[in-house]
Amino acid sequence: MELSGGEIVIQSLKDEGVEYVFGYPGGCVLHIYDAIFKQDDVKHVLVRHEQGATHAADGYARSSGKPGVVLVTSGPGATNAITGIATAYMDSIPMVVITGQVPRPVIGTDAFQEVDTVGITRPCVKHNFLVKDISDIAETMKKAFYLATTGRPGPVVVDIPKDITDPNIKVSYQYPEEVSMRSYHPTVSGNIGQTRKAIKLIKEAKRPVIYSGGGVVLGEASEELKQLGRTLGFPVTQTLMGLGAFPGTDPQFIGMLGMHGTYEANMAMHDSDLIIAIGARFDDRVTGKVADFCPHAKIIHIDVDPASISKTITVDVPIVGQVKPILLDMLAQLQSLGETFDRARIGAWWDQIDQWREADCLAYEKDTDTIKPQFVIEQLYNVTNGEAFVTSDVGQHQMFAAQYYPFDKPRRWINSGGLGTMGFGLPAAMGVKFAHPEADVACVTGEGSIQMCLQELSTMLQYDTPVKVINLNNGYLGMVRQWQEFTYKSRYSHSYLEALPDFKKLAEAYGHVGMQITKKEDVEPALREAFSMKDRTVFLDFLTDTKENVYPMIEAGKAHNDMVMAPSSKYKRILA
Amino acid sequence: MSRQHIISLLLENEAGALSRVSGLFSARAYNIESLTVAATQDPTLSRLTLVTVGSDETIEQIKKQLNKLIDVVKLIDLSESFSLERELILLKVKKSDAMVQKIESLSVESSARITDDTDGYLIIELTGEKVWLDDFLSSLADEVLEVVRTGVVGLSRGERSLTV
Ligand SMILES: Cc1cc2nc3c(=O)[nH]c(=O)nc-3n(C[C@H](O)[C@H](O)[C@H](O)COP(=O)(O)OP(=O)(O)OC[C@H]3O[C@@H](n4cnc5c(N)ncnc54)[C@H](O)[C@@H]3O)c2cc1C
Ligand SMILES: Cc1ncc(C[n+]2csc(CCOP(=O)(O)OP(=O)(O)O)c2C)c(N)n1
Ligand SMILES: [Mg+2]
Repeated sequence: MELSGGEIVIQSLKDEGVEYVFGYPGGCVLHIYDAIFKQDDVKHVLVRHEQGATHAADGYARSSGKPGVVLVTSGPGATNAITGIATAYMDSIPMVVITGQVPRPVIGTDAFQEVDTVGITRPCVKHNFLVKDISDIAETMKKAFYLATTGRPGPVVVDIPKDITDPNIKVSYQYPEEVSMRSYHPTVSGNIGQTRKAIKLIKEAKRPVIYSGGGVVLGEASEELKQLGRTLGFPVTQTLMGLGAFPGTDPQFIGMLGMHGTYEANMAMHDSDLIIAIGARFDDRVTGKVADFCPHAKIIHIDVDPASISKTITVDVPIVGQVKPILLDMLAQLQSLGETFDRARIGAWWDQIDQWREADCLAYEKDTDTIKPQFVIEQLYNVTNGEAFVTSDVGQHQMFAAQYYPFDKPRRWINSGGLGTMGFGLPAAMGVKFAHPEADVACVTGEGSIQMCLQELSTMLQYDTPVKVINLNNGYLGMVRQWQEFTYKSRYSHSYLEALPDFKKLAEAYGHVGMQITKKEDVEPALREAFSMKDRTVFLDFLTDTKENVYPMIEAGKAHNDMVMAPSSKYKRILA
Repeated sequence: MSRQHIISLLLENEAGALSRVSGLFSARAYNIESLTVAATQDPTLSRLTLVTVGSDETIEQIKKQLNKLIDVVKLIDLSESFSLERELILLKVKKSDAMVQKIESLSVESSARITDDTDGYLIIELTGEKVWLDDFLSSLADEVLEVVRTGVVGLSRGERSLTV
């Protein structure tokens, strides 16, 4: 088959099985856009801002497990995409981003709309390519998808100069079936000797905790994690990125850990004698003060990326490889032991955990006139039967969603954890809707965050991707305000958002349904009404308590057993 | 405890590969004392040698992060094996009888030699281990007008080698 460079780009996507490309046209990608025009297998979604394209592709990827694909022009198109690329990079999301580049002869001359895309994106991609020859396009595309989706996933940028996409220059096309790279051999199965060592520690453990993370979601190992948890009867805590891999409603789940984790999860980590870290990377939001992290515990760490191991916390038994085969291997070894593991075997430990649970750390004040943000999330959970895909932006609302909406399945909770990108939620929700057109999709956001990618409401109308926007409008950059209350004696420097728009009218102006909810008793009915409008995007502007805080909280530099508790929690501060 | 390590790697000989390595060091605030790179007998591969300083944990992370770069094909920490290390230095001094004598006396221990003698200026060349070069340089101290060093290169001794 003889194809032009532009056609090769699109044909490669087709051969890769890509359904949707999220993009925005411009000079250097016009040949590629012309190739898109001439076919209908690969569908293009025209966003309103390139950041929106990257987050939408990201939401599509997180909710489906398939790589997200983005197409943007050179210069400003590429720079606008950076935030979304970095967001995907920090959370290890598979994504292929195609950027147009100025024609080869003018590269390096400060040509119109030229930026060094490979240079600018280098620190926030798994890998990137500048394609220099038309005959390299197909193989580079293959490599890009291969790199993005294998090992520790991540975004890959393919920068393509305009002149090699010229419709008048054609070469023979064949998409490679396979690709191998001598410098890239991600580990799959774990070392048997290491898993044996792990099993030995598991047998001896008296106060074990399973600490699982985003790697279990990325590695499609939720079933194996559940099996391991249930076989062992150990308590399970999950990171913000791991939520849903182990069911949030399971009695063995002790809540999220870390800065805004539950009292029981953090106390259990602190007192544990064995941590089994599975696809988690000991992030600073999780460890708190490194020197006081799990002072009594041996640590087993399963991770596909050797660089994640002993990066911030030195571990005792590292196991490098994909979570799934490693957990299967551990399960097989456990079975052949012929020993009974159950709750009773570590009964004293569960008694202790149940005692910590009595703190009721997520209790919040219910007899108020104001709408509590936690209450809105609880009602969202009820109204959607806990089955919705929930995306979020960044701030207090994100933490409330994580704490009060227990996810029972992986890939249902979609948020920016590593980069913490405000503006992520709305375009991500749109991306989710493309992957799951029939599912209920909610975007939990705040009046600050939503204004960072609001323009995608327009895309959502064009492509008919009905999402329910749950705006927890507290009139503040709440998360910032909370830190200022705790550490700056309530000097609220620039955390108050004045001159907010009328969100109801704004939603209507974009052709959607807008609602403003000011009374507690209207919360549930409004949610029901919104979710009953299956084919409409509904923007629910909840005017919530302006001064609510997220609890528990481990302040920066503090240890796991040093938490600030909610005023309404039974225990105040530090029980240990 | 911080220690100096000489890390040698085979890199895809592609545009931008070097900046991935140097970018990694600046982005992650690792030390880099010297870095030298050139193509090998296989033109698709470059050999890069770098000298860095850090605690055992930091060096471990540096090696893992380097290995993670897609363009890095293979890596060896020469400080962990029995290896031979060399660096080349060129330096310029003003010619005088005293200087010539001094260099001759120094060259007995160090193999330094005068490679160029032009218009009253000498260029002295010396190859050796980094510490010898440091000593040589300090013994000439204030008289050095200009100096250039290649940075350390090295090979492990015996059968062990870094090949694909
Ligand atoms: C406002 C705010 C507050 C936050 N508060 C908290 C908090 O209280 N608690 C909390 O937990 N987080 C919190 N976070 C999130 C935090 O910043 C990190 O993003 C998060 O803790 C990282 O999760 P993780 O360890 O599961 O790693 P991820 O970033 O999900 O990384 C996954 C790990 O698994 C590995 N991996 C990937 N795929 C596989 C595979 N197939 N097999 C094996 N290994 C694999 C990767 O190499 C990596 O090491 C907060 C974020 C924000 C924005
Ligand atoms: C792009 C970006 N800029 C700044 C921040 C810092 N930041 C974190 S949370 C937050 C406040 C978010 O406010 P809002 O969306 O109203 O959510 P709330 O905390 O009030 O629920 C800010 C400014 C960020 N995470 N992302
Ligand atoms: Mg707010």
